[in-house]
Amino acid sequence: MEIVKESDTHKKLQDYFRKSREKAGASRKTFLTKILGNNNLGDIFFERLTLLFAVLVFLLIIFMGWEMYSHSILSIRKFGWGFITSTTWDPYSQVFGALPMIYGTLVSSFLGLIIAVPLGIGVAIFLAELAPSWLEKPLSFLTELLAGIPSVIYGLWGIFVLVPWLRDTVEPFLQNEFPNSFLFQGAPYGFGMLAAAIILSIMVLPIISSISRDILKSVPNSQREAAYALGATKWEVTKIILSYAKSGLLGAVILGLGRAIGETMAVTMVIGNRPQISTSLLDPGYTMASLIANEFTEAASELYLNSLIELALVLFVITIIINIFARLLVWSTERKWKLSPI
Amino acid sequence: MKLKIFSVVVLIAGILFATSNINAQVRLTGAGSTFDYPIFSKWFDTYNKMTGVQINYASIGSGGGIQQLTEGTVDFGASDAPLTEQQMNTFKQKRGTEVVHLPIIMGGVAITYNLPSVGQGIKLDGPTLADIYLGKITKWNDPRLVKLNPGRNLPNKAILVAHRSEGSGTTFIFTSYLSKVSPEWAKKVGNSISVNWPVGLGAKGTEGVAGIIAQTQGAIGYIELAYAKQNNLPYCVMKNKAGNFIEVNFNTVSEAAAGAAAHMPKDLRAVITNADGKNSYPICGFSWIVVPRDIKNREHAEALVKFLRWAVTKGQNDATSLYYAPLPKPVQKLDLEKINSITSNGKKL
Repeated sequence: MEIVKESDTHKKLQDYFRKSREKAGASRKTFLTKILGNNNLGDIFFERLTLLFAVLVFLLIIFMGWEMYSHSILSIRKFGWGFITSTTWDPYSQVFGALPMIYGTLVSSFLGLIIAVPLGIGVAIFLAELAPSWLEKPLSFLTELLAGIPSVIYGLWGIFVLVPWLRDTVEPFLQNEFPNSFLFQGAPYGFGMLAAAIILSIMVLPIISSISRDILKSVPNSQREAAYALGATKWEVTKIILSYAKSGLLGAVILGLGRAIGETMAVTMVIGNRPQISTSLLDPGYTMASLIANEFTEAASELYLNSLIELALVLFVITIIINIFARLLVWSTERKWKLSPI
Repeated sequence: MKLKIFSVVVLIAGILFATSNINAQVRLTGAGSTFDYPIFSKWFDTYNKMTGVQINYASIGSGGGIQQLTEGTVDFGASDAPLTEQQMNTFKQKRGTEVVHLPIIMGGVAITYNLPSVGQGIKLDGPTLADIYLGKITKWNDPRLVKLNPGRNLPNKAILVAHRSEGSGTTFIFTSYLSKVSPEWAKKVGNSISVNWPVGLGAKGTEGVAGIIAQTQGAIGYIELAYAKQNNLPYCVMKNKAGNFIEVNFNTVSEAAAGAAAHMPKDLRAVITNADGKNSYPICGFSWIVVPRDIKNREHAEALVKFLRWAVTKGQNDATSLYYAPLPKPVQKLDLEKINSITSNGKKL
């Protein structure tokens, strides 16, 4: 039964809209039927289209790998596996070995993460669980702002602020405190692995903290309420939330690692750019991305260019391996969690 | 929707109109050295206003410039190091003509340092400088440095060596000098746009090297003359081949080129470090424009040759204001002769 009686004009209008809708629907249907020959066409078309996009991403990765391989064939033939085990990078004698750069990339990134992960997750816990809302908004905004700063600016800050501070204060202090430690040998220049690790930690901090915060916020409130109802303290509740969000937090860390491994500009400005392997954090080092950026433009010979592209290929493969490893890690923690919640 | 179609039509019409407009003029393209870029952009701008010829230049680095020229995608390349024999052979195979080297501008390399207690003008000679870069001299009060600088109070401070981390023409000039004055350097490290440095820190760009030096007491490094002058950095006085201590400036750099012009190789691929001449500064070099000897497209060939004639003569007046050293007259003459030998399909221009 109708409650409101419709006026004539209203009815006419409704009729008109209904008819035009039907008309449009019909014409669309005939068009799609012609192409695909099925009744439920919109859905199928949409599905195929998105599938195509997904396959394209996959093909793009294969294509990139192939492209790098085919352009580094000269150096692959000449050096073989020696390319990743040799420590000499000498453009003049045309001898190229990538081990110091592989070492530099991995060590600087992991050191950066060691500093950034506790800080980043700490920031996320405060923002998601503890901060009053008037403080949370501006603080979140500020941490996300850090992520938007161009890396060359971090590099300049590194040269003018961080490096002098490390050279005059931190490194002499470390050498005084631990005179025999293998980690702090050599002259304190300021430029070196330690400076690179600190710069990287600052750069990945906003990524880790903002993603972690979102993940913690997405933990259902029932978890918190249940814990508080049982008389848990804030620290105990946080522990429960963290364990609930474990796999997501791991994902945040991996994204941070990805950024650290690929970071070029800021690192090259403070790491000292020396292809050597040294256990001392005060010594200069080199990363793959920095070396490629530094030497690509002036690489005159074919073999030199091929070696640089092979270095890019090595970086590409390492990134993929780390990502696969991370997937497995996330997957295994998820499974464990499902078996024994909390 | 109508608006969209309209804007697309306007865009296409705009592109068509623009391209037809450009096609009316000869447009030359070049690629190569980043060191040359500041003076090139000044030249291309001035030359465009004078003649209407438009020249586009991509400063992608010397190696890239040589490659593009060899592939035939640009009209000229620019390089801080002359082509190697191998590169010249590849060029000949691919283009069916040989490559012509034209010295186009000069650069000097200053040895700068940070020792506030000592001040300007520490004296150095080649072998000592090479041993510092080989890591054999590690303190500022090393007996050899003290002997070169009698009466100056050199501190007991560690020397921090700084160098360019990317391939650069400045490094080519610097390592060419060290290779000439130190047999050990020539054997162990060699002469190239980037080398395997025995010691020291690498920094990106002249600013990077200058940054390390400015920040670290006891540091030493090599940078372009232009940059040292603009920033009033202290620099070493170098002992030249004739045995005189020479300050780096435009005159002493041009002097080195003039000294070298007397016995320049026929193809003008002269590396003029450690040059003869009483007042020649020893660490400096040419930058080259490289072009094919025979250019297929006559219109392009004519425009390019005209521009090159202008650049090696009148264009040199712009050099000092941009802190390059101008080509001395004898080298300009050699360049003009070389330019006259460029042909188009075998015919003179």
